[in-house]
Amino acid sequence: MLLLDKTGAKADVWTRSEGAAIDNISHALVTWEALPEALAQKTRDQRIGVIIPNDISIAELKLVLRQLSLVAVSFPAFSDGRGFSLAKLIRNHGFTGALRASGPLIADQFAYAISCGFDEIELPDTSAGRQPAEQWLKAVAQISHGYQRGYGDSRNILDQRRAARAAGGAA
Amino acid sequence: MYRYDEFDERFVRERVAQFRDQVSRRLDGSLTEDEFKPLRLKNGVYLQLHAYMLRIAVPYGTLSGRQLRQLALIGEKYDRGYGHFTTRTNLQFNWPKLRDIPDILDLLADVEMHCIQTSGNCIRNVTADHFAGVAQDELEDPRPTAELLRQWSSLHPEFSYLPRKFKIAVTGAEHDRAVIKAHDIGLRLRRHPDTHETCYEVSVGGGLGRTPMIGKVVRDYLPKPDLLAYLEAIMRVYNLEGRRDNKYKARVKILVHEIGVEEFKRRVEEEFARLDGPSVNADPAEIARIAAYFAPPAYETLPEVSRVLEATKAGNPAFARWVETNTTPHKAPGYTALTISLKPIGEAPGDATSDQMRLVADLAEQYSHDELRVTHAQNLVLPHVRQRDLFAIWQKLGEAGLASANIGLITDIIACPGLDYCALATARSIPIAQAIQQRFADDERQRLIGELNIKISGCINACGHHHVGHIGILGLEKRGIESYQITLGGESTENAKIGEILGPGVAAEDVPEAIERIVEVYLTQRVGNESFIESVRRLGLAPFKAAFQEVAHAVA
Amino acid sequence: MAAAVKRPPLPAILLANDLLDGDIVFATAAPDGALVWTRDPAHALVAADDPAAERLEAYAANQLATNHVVDAYLVDVAIEGGLPVPRHYRERMKTLGPSNRLDLGKQAGEGIDAQSKRVSA
Repeated sequence: MLLLDKTGAKADVWTRSEGAAIDNISHALVTWEALPEALAQKTRDQRIGVIIPNDISIAELKLVLRQLSLVAVSFPAFSDGRGFSLAKLIRNHGFTGALRASGPLIADQFAYAISCGFDEIELPDTSAGRQPAEQWLKAVAQISHGYQRGYGDSRNILDQRRAARAAGGAA
Repeated sequence: MYRYDEFDERFVRERVAQFRDQVSRRLDGSLTEDEFKPLRLKNGVYLQLHAYMLRIAVPYGTLSGRQLRQLALIGEKYDRGYGHFTTRTNLQFNWPKLRDIPDILDLLADVEMHCIQTSGNCIRNVTADHFAGVAQDELEDPRPTAELLRQWSSLHPEFSYLPRKFKIAVTGAEHDRAVIKAHDIGLRLRRHPDTHETCYEVSVGGGLGRTPMIGKVVRDYLPKPDLLAYLEAIMRVYNLEGRRDNKYKARVKILVHEIGVEEFKRRVEEEFARLDGPSVNADPAEIARIAAYFAPPAYETLPEVSRVLEATKAGNPAFARWVETNTTPHKAPGYTALTISLKPIGEAPGDATSDQMRLVADLAEQYSHDELRVTHAQNLVLPHVRQRDLFAIWQKLGEAGLASANIGLITDIIACPGLDYCALATARSIPIAQAIQQRFADDERQRLIGELNIKISGCINACGHHHVGHIGILGLEKRGIESYQITLGGESTENAKIGEILGPGVAAEDVPEAIERIVEVYLTQRVGNESFIESVRRLGLAPFKAAFQEVAHAVA
Repeated sequence: MAAAVKRPPLPAILLANDLLDGDIVFATAAPDGALVWTRDPAHALVAADDPAAERLEAYAANQLATNHVVDAYLVDVAIEGGLPVPRHYRERMKTLGPSNRLDLGKQAGEGIDAQSKRVSA
């Protein structure tokens, strides 16, 4: 596994737990099925994260978001883009913890993932072996600004044009 | 026409550099073919039957002379001296080498063009009425909307890995020339009866392909400023809920069909109400900035009818026929919108050589305020021509083999590239179109038959729009040979309708005879000035079916 | 696309698209017996039995994995005038070019050099 964020590869502080057994694990990453039990056992110092499939209903997820420090969204394949919309919904519902995209993404999706609200990517070794962290850091900066408003980039092109207009610059 | 500002320019240049890098990562093995394929498709690069193919975006079909001349140059330098205009108003080159494509993209960026999202499971090139800005039945120009959507949909972080491709078309006219009901989203500009504000009627779930469906209206009057937020809601519902288990059931039309339009609408409205519209929508100043580029050119004040034109027509019947078939009334007095036929008898529909492109570029600059359009029927339009210049244009076009007087007639055939080029095709399309054109080559006979749209697809994906042709032809494989299924009664206008199958498939060589029999039924049974499609509506399928069966049986 | 494809009836040839150029290429035997690619369908090596087909399949897998070609698969052929001709019209198109443009593609000798043609004649 390779874990990376905008600054490069990083160590994973999270431990995947067996079922809901989270004793002594400071940052426990549990499955969606085991989450209710894990939350019931959680001590004050423990942090709980959940790994969710990408077809989960936001109506269910939003009920537990406040108790989570990490949400890891599974990408079964890089071509399955549901995770991007799910991330956007999770952020739109006010989640401020860490959001992780987990699966065989490709470097060219890094910027999209961040724009949709992800903080980090967890890659299987087969992908990481071909696409080392340097490629991800290069890819994420290839398009400096997009056109879309509301995707985390306050310097998106529409807002830059608006700022230029406000400053009396060329339209 | 829209012109790039510094931001658009940088964006497109960065996209070229990104693609160059993607190619090099493919070559060094960082990306597998399975990973690279969606990336190249999103930049218009297909692997076709004989070679790569590059599909260049012609946003809402609008080109300048300089742009068309650059396409001509690319065709000569990197291809085989010709290109193919498609039913989505793009241009395809059939023989580029992958190694050259980044350089081709640089040449395109030099003239404010790109190949972004001309394929792949993303929002494709947005199309619009090809008579936008000049048609007499237009309420409002659809191009500013189409340009706003081009920008908004480009490299969209959330909607670049959709279940399937997604096509949007816009019209601002009473008569729909953009086939909006055959698109995933169709937008029609219309006036609200109470507020008199211009709004969008939003249709969702149209599409051809394996399961043809006509789009359904989900919003009667969407206020213009809310467009991007509303589309974001539609796209989010589709991205999350659209089927991903079967590529033939992955278009939004299937989702709309399976959950019902009311439920789809409910989900969209719920998301639209929940999301923060003002943080998503373009502000009015941005919309006005884009719209300003589409202000009408400085027309001369001219009489409604050119006396020069009338006199020339009187003395030259061939010219008069061409004017009659190939021109469309224009908003401005003394002007006309001229359609240049890319359907000369016996040529591949929609193909143009580099020389022909250069000629049309010259004509656009000299006679049409440096503007031209590509139509979904695979022809070109000079949208702002003074009537008195028509004769000079006709003469020049004639020298280049581009003066066919057949717009809307039986030889103005829409055809996809089919198995002559396409890796997905099950049968050829171009030779079928050529054979039908040969059969009906006679000018007088074509005019006698009148308006008749034949549309040919070489596979079920229906790039040739066969479902909505008055006569549709679908090429399939049957027991190891090419077989053609014929449909009747389709329409691509505001009365969009899917044609019905006439009978069993026929062999390639029997298609012209089958068309002949269908046309004969019309000619013998038509009443007054009834057009072909009007006769089909009145008579129903039965008499055509009977005539067709004779051919089908004769060859069976 | 790189996934294994069902083997067609024999005899068969192996064709693919060159990754960089996109041209159709055919597996053929070099003078030393090693498999290499040629742009000339007349030179395509014909596999008449299972071991020969397996050899072509192994070559296809290797060439896909090492990023030389894409879309490599075996095509069943008939032998006409001593040359392999694909039985299916789609694959036959690949060995020829567009049927409406006889001036283009392999049927017009594109990518097939004179030397190679003479050898095949």
